[in-house]
Amino acid sequence: MQADTLSGGFADPSIGSSHAFRAVMEAMARPGTVHGISGAVPPAPLSPAAGTVLLTLCDTETPVYLAGAADCEAVRVWLAFHTGAPLVGPAECMFAVGTWDAVVPLSSYPVGTSQYPDRSATLIVERPDLCATGAALTGPGIKDQAALSLPEVAAFHSNRALFPLGLDFLFTSGDCVAALPRTTKVS
Amino acid sequence: MNAYNFAYLDEQTKRMIRRALLKGLAIPGYQVPFASREMPMPYGWGTGGVQVSAAVLTPEDTFKVIDQGADDTTNAVSIRTFFQRTAGVATTTVTHDATVIQTRHRIPEEALGEGQILVYQVPIPEPLRFLEPRESETRKMHSLEEYGLMHVKLYEDISRHGHIATSYAYPVKVEGRYVMDPSPIPKFDNPKLGDMAAIQLFGAGREQRIYALPPYTQVVSLDFEDHPFEATKADHPCGMCGAQDSYLDELIIDDAGGRMFVCSDTDYCEARQAAGHKGKDAA
Ligand SMILES: [Zn+2]
Repeated sequence: MQADTLSGGFADPSIGSSHAFRAVMEAMARPGTVHGISGAVPPAPLSPAAGTVLLTLCDTETPVYLAGAADCEAVRVWLAFHTGAPLVGPAECMFAVGTWDAVVPLSSYPVGTSQYPDRSATLIVERPDLCATGAALTGPGIKDQAALSLPEVAAFHSNRALFPLGLDFLFTSGDCVAALPRTTKVS
Repeated sequence: MNAYNFAYLDEQTKRMIRRALLKGLAIPGYQVPFASREMPMPYGWGTGGVQVSAAVLTPEDTFKVIDQGADDTTNAVSIRTFFQRTAGVATTTVTHDATVIQTRHRIPEEALGEGQILVYQVPIPEPLRFLEPRESETRKMHSLEEYGLMHVKLYEDISRHGHIATSYAYPVKVEGRYVMDPSPIPKFDNPKLGDMAAIQLFGAGREQRIYALPPYTQVVSLDFEDHPFEATKADHPCGMCGAQDSYLDELIIDDAGGRMFVCSDTDYCEARQAAGHKGKDAA
């Protein structure tokens, strides 16, 4: 086991995760807004933001899918040590993490059931950057209109059409997080 | 403070509640099941709201608790003290100074802002419960948007009383999809639910449900074309501050049955009085 496996967690898990959760919740409640999030120092290729989200929300009860380059020995060992989350394929996951190219196609993930639409995956999508320009967003959480630099539009269109089923997205870059719940209309 | 976990709950429980809150925000008005924990207070004291507050508070928050609009009831004081001790948060009674407000049965009169979170204590989260006691059936009804019976019940009110008699926990439809119980707030408060700048979170402890309204969400009180929804209140100004626009409690003030109407939101009333507004019963 490497030394950096044991490090890179929250300095104070209780306080650190309370701050991180508020950033994630604000992001999910106000789609398109970008929030600072930090506390975890995960191994490459994960961003500090993605690592912090994982430590804030994941544990032994949340199967995680590591997509593409995120599925490496260093990340697997780090995540296991800090969260104990079981690693699974996309069809069984509650959380997935990876770049857009690695997490698609979206049809691989659980979108919930008509009686339990909450039993759907949350995708943590690593982005080169996050800014409030690009695709126009409307829907709950948004006064009038917002904008967010999304990897594409069509996939979110199809996801919105599944409502109340669907996937929810957290976008991470460096130490920033933004979100796109299934309710957001993207154009 | 070291004898407790931050905000009392262990980290695993907070993570579980936090995940439920995120799904609640992603599916506005839908009731997310969660595994409610025992809290060191009885169920009637809003253990659902307390668990939600515990999951969202940070040490930098300023916390306010209202019980039917008042900050000074035993219930409100206990919950405020609980988080002062276990989370080290600052507390306040001033609505616009609070970042997190836990409430039982009221929405503050003062419009809430973007930096604020309103946490509701919910006794019965299921708006269809009185029509259908079985959870398996109400879940099916929500999934099929089978809300006809709900309208029938409200319409029976009209044929019996000439108007919709339901005055608390008046059902709403969220974003044209889920019918939601807004908790036992007076229907006077219903119009504030929609398009609110603050995040609204609802926690039912005994029933183990969490639901949410993101800011600026469309929330419509159920009604009929010939009987539109009305946000009614007692037709008086506040006796203490003279407010015409606030929800009022009726108080018996003497043995002769004398009555007085006073703002249920004590912070709102006191702020108005401090600003020089005076009602007819003010000393
Ligand atoms: Zn008053």
